[in-house]
Amino acid sequence: MSDSIASTAGQLPLATAAAGHPSGGSVDRTRFHVLHHHPENGTLLGFWLYLMSDCLLFACLFAAYAVLGRNYAAGPTGAQLFNLPVVALNTTFLLLSSITYGFAMLESQRKRVGATLVWLAVTALFGAGFLTLELGEFAELIEKGAGPQRSAFLSSFFTLVGTHGLHVTFGMVWLFTLMVQLARHGLTAANRRRLMCLSMFWHFLDVVWIGVFTFVYLMGVLP
Amino acid sequence: MGEPSNLQTLLLGRLGWDAIPIHEPILVGTFVAVALGGLAVLAALTRFRLWGPLWRDWVTSIDHKRIGIMYMVFGVVMLLRGFSDAVLMRAQQAVSFGSSHGFLPPHHYDQIFTAHGMIMIFFVAMPFVVGLMNFVVPLQIGARDVAFPWLNNFSFWMTVFGGVLVMISLFVGEFARTGWLAYPPLSGIEFSPDVGVDYYIWSLQIAGVGTLLSGVNLITTIVKMRAPGMTLMKMPVFTWTALCSNILIVASFPVLTAALALLSLDRYAGTHFFTNELGGNAMMYVNLIWIWGHPEVYILVLPVFGVFSEVVATFCGKKLFGYSSMVYATVVITILSYLVWLHHFFTMGSGASVNSFFGITTMIISIPTGAKIFNWLFTMYRGRIRFEVPMLWTVGFMVTFVIGGMTGVMLAVPPADFVLHNSLFLIAHFHNVIIGGVVFGCMAGINYWFPKAFGYRLDPVWGKRSFWFWLVGFWVAFTPLYVLGLMGVTRRLNHFDDPSLQIWFQVAAAGAVLIALGIGCFLVQLVVSWQKREELRDHTGDPWGGRTLEWSTASPPPDYNFAFTPMVHDSDAWADMKRHGYVRPLEGFVPIHMPRNTGAGFVIAALSAACGFALIWHMWIPAALAFVAMLTAIIVHTFNYDRDYHIPAEDVIRTEDQRTRMLAQHV
Amino acid sequence: MLLIIVPVILLTLFFAWRYRQSNKSAAYDPEWDHSTTLELVIWTAPLLIIIALGAITWISTHTLDPYRRLDRIDAARPLPADSRPLVVDVVALDWKWLFIYPEQGIATVNELAAPVDRPIHFNITASSVMNSFYIPALAGQIYAMPGMQTQLNAVINKAGNYQGFSANYSGAGFSDMNFQFRGLSEADFEHWVQSAKSGSARLDDAAYKDLVQPSVRVPVQRFGDVQAELFDRIVGGCFGAGAMCMNAMGH
Repeated sequence: MSDSIASTAGQLPLATAAAGHPSGGSVDRTRFHVLHHHPENGTLLGFWLYLMSDCLLFACLFAAYAVLGRNYAAGPTGAQLFNLPVVALNTTFLLLSSITYGFAMLESQRKRVGATLVWLAVTALFGAGFLTLELGEFAELIEKGAGPQRSAFLSSFFTLVGTHGLHVTFGMVWLFTLMVQLARHGLTAANRRRLMCLSMFWHFLDVVWIGVFTFVYLMGVLP
Repeated sequence: MGEPSNLQTLLLGRLGWDAIPIHEPILVGTFVAVALGGLAVLAALTRFRLWGPLWRDWVTSIDHKRIGIMYMVFGVVMLLRGFSDAVLMRAQQAVSFGSSHGFLPPHHYDQIFTAHGMIMIFFVAMPFVVGLMNFVVPLQIGARDVAFPWLNNFSFWMTVFGGVLVMISLFVGEFARTGWLAYPPLSGIEFSPDVGVDYYIWSLQIAGVGTLLSGVNLITTIVKMRAPGMTLMKMPVFTWTALCSNILIVASFPVLTAALALLSLDRYAGTHFFTNELGGNAMMYVNLIWIWGHPEVYILVLPVFGVFSEVVATFCGKKLFGYSSMVYATVVITILSYLVWLHHFFTMGSGASVNSFFGITTMIISIPTGAKIFNWLFTMYRGRIRFEVPMLWTVGFMVTFVIGGMTGVMLAVPPADFVLHNSLFLIAHFHNVIIGGVVFGCMAGINYWFPKAFGYRLDPVWGKRSFWFWLVGFWVAFTPLYVLGLMGVTRRLNHFDDPSLQIWFQVAAAGAVLIALGIGCFLVQLVVSWQKREELRDHTGDPWGGRTLEWSTASPPPDYNFAFTPMVHDSDAWADMKRHGYVRPLEGFVPIHMPRNTGAGFVIAALSAACGFALIWHMWIPAALAFVAMLTAIIVHTFNYDRDYHIPAEDVIRTEDQRTRMLAQHV
Repeated sequence: MLLIIVPVILLTLFFAWRYRQSNKSAAYDPEWDHSTTLELVIWTAPLLIIIALGAITWISTHTLDPYRRLDRIDAARPLPADSRPLVVDVVALDWKWLFIYPEQGIATVNELAAPVDRPIHFNITASSVMNSFYIPALAGQIYAMPGMQTQLNAVINKAGNYQGFSANYSGAGFSDMNFQFRGLSEADFEHWVQSAKSGSARLDDAAYKDLVQPSVRVPVQRFGDVQAELFDRIVGGCFGAGAMCMNAMGH
């Protein structure tokens, strides 16, 4: 779209530039150049591409879990280990954090920095709650002797869930950084773009988690 | 020294003086040479006061042209390393018969063939291809830089520091002894407890991040930043192949990252993904690595198909035959390249139907590839062919590559593969397509775009010498391997019992010497061309009668590439402009918005390499510190909002006037 | 395929010569960039070849599938109805080959023998890392992988000594991981089995644990007696670092 705008709005009669040039008199200069060409900012597309590559990374981890997820090596199974009520709470936290992030985005569109920051803080709280519960679950498993070294099933479980958790952790670091930047510089174009990228990242993690919840936990407790 | 204290272990991990291979004369010699060479370079930089310009104009540069050039320089340096590995292997196999065991014991030889394969693919072919794309694509689409210039600089330095880690493994510790894809369980901690595989993993992970981000960057650039009027079907073919290649990068490198991450978890955290015990499954690694590995082949070869398309059209003075079928062929190859990975291990026993499926999909790829060859052929038909060096490489490629394609289809037939798998026939086949395709293409590209990058052409005499040595050397080196493979000789052997085979290996070694002369001629070509640069100067910006936009600007192009963004009406935009009586604008210049240089990419990449090195040696405290430092550097960088500036109109006018004067004097 | 390759190479060289810049007599047509007929030919000709090749591939891959039981002894002779294949269990060790003959109750290291014209059924695994079991004179190769079992069906038609080796790099001793494959007449094979049986060495857990230690250029060894189900326990991982048998673990 921007291309077509640029190509019409940007065309400048450059004919004056050709004055005096021996062969240039009859040539239509506008055929060759536009004066101002501002390509559309590609950050969102680029970030989408990055997310898709990240999605493939998770796809590999899901594939590994699909291959190894029943290799218990005489160790404990998912049905014995998973505490579904806690996981359900965990899931609720993460889903809520996506909603509150959405509220932050709405506030940012109304150009209200303060309210945006508040909603971002709430999001961070839910994120922290999610991570706390997850770490608690991991600690409990390891204490039971069901750590990642116990069997291929547990290796793939810890890696898939842990990689998601690591993403959430980095999302939190990013969230804090962005909050500082918002507080300092306000809702500038650059900051709004960053807010949008983090939003995509955060929702993406939510989507991945729904996959984890279904594929690992719900299907894991099936016999 | 007594028992190392706890703190010492946390600081130094398993690094000790015994990690320095002072008992290996080859390595000590290499080290002395590298150290002397390095000192000479450092002294020269200091003597000629070049540190400042080096940092300002190159290391921190976000200019896609400079980054592209740096990729090429890095590729040449690593080519010398990878090729010396090849020479060592050829020499070992030529002498290690019967009672002689050659000069390389398995411990050393196995590192060499692992390093050779890994370096040639990741640190020679990839930098060449990515470098060409980086330099050419923005110029071809009429853009002033890539979509994310800072990220571009960061990607480059990640690639370089990945290579640096591999080079460090020469002198500190050792490299992997697993083959270039490091199949477990051999690469697992039980059978490879040393640092070699860890060097392999971390150098690839660091370089892989660079490659992935560079892929994201170039896709966004091509999708968003094309000059007005350049619809998809008016893009130059090289840009098309670059787009497909980068899509493949984004869609396949995460798989490599995941496979290596799982392998490192097995090695560092004691998990059981690919182990023999507790439910691990090594076949999963083999599948994952080839789901990345096969597309990787096309990541390398598609852009050079683009190079040949540009070269053949330019030097035949004709439009490319069958532009749209070329584009469709490229897209078809891109998609199909995901459906063939299993042909790398038919012998794993997947069953006849699975094997047939993957064999047949592999053969199907030869159809679009064949169509491309025919398109180049019919571009030559009724052309006026100028046999400049790039065109020579192209003809050499066409004749060589079809043989590689044919042997590839042979290997795709599972019953034949059961006999030829892992044999020297396979080695000859993939060198046939990688040297005959990728290397020839990169050499064609270097000779073709060199005047654009530096403002003078490369000396054709030495270029032709280089070409003939390479072409003849390739066939002398690899025909014997085809023969040996058909005789049932397996790859990666460092000793042979059957003396009747020796003559073939000696011929192959002679071929390696010829290729070495080819590389030597190329280096001489660079020096001679620099000496004769005034004579070879390209004043016009269009030394070959080019057809695409990069030839419409000066050689070398100004920082901003184009004073005015061109309007595109045809697939050969510059040929079209010339046909319609294009006249260079001489006034009306305006300030140009450009990104600003930054050292952040270099710093972050260096810190990630430091973190990788610490992890390799199990130095947990330095690793943690380097990681925190890296994270901090990234965060600090995000606080830098001052990332661009305007080149004032006066500067643009000065630059353009200079070019006007030059054109007036010489044309 | 040569139908395409040879004309392409010849045409490339011919066009390169014919349309060289100095040859002003050759036609020059800079705008000629499309021909529907030619496009059709260059896409369909390879397509037809690939269809033919694909059909051949499908059939030959199924006929020559290493897992498929043989149905003939050689090109001329079908398999007798009462024929039972000789079973050999193959274990790739660091860096030597162990062959267990369950019917005969013997085992050998770095020596494989089989009677001429009797089908052989190999069950193949490895002790530590991946190898590939390959006797070029007998049949194609197949991977030997720890914790997994692959199969190969083959028959040798001519008596003699042949080379066998690993075709997949497996570490420092890989270059010397060779063995001799002996095609013997029925009587000679019986004799060979008997001479192996007369030996006193027994392959049990302890002997196997000694055997798996890495070594190169190991001379031929023969075991007159083999502990029952040893091969299954090797495949099951009973001798790995974790030393936990797969069959004991269940799921």
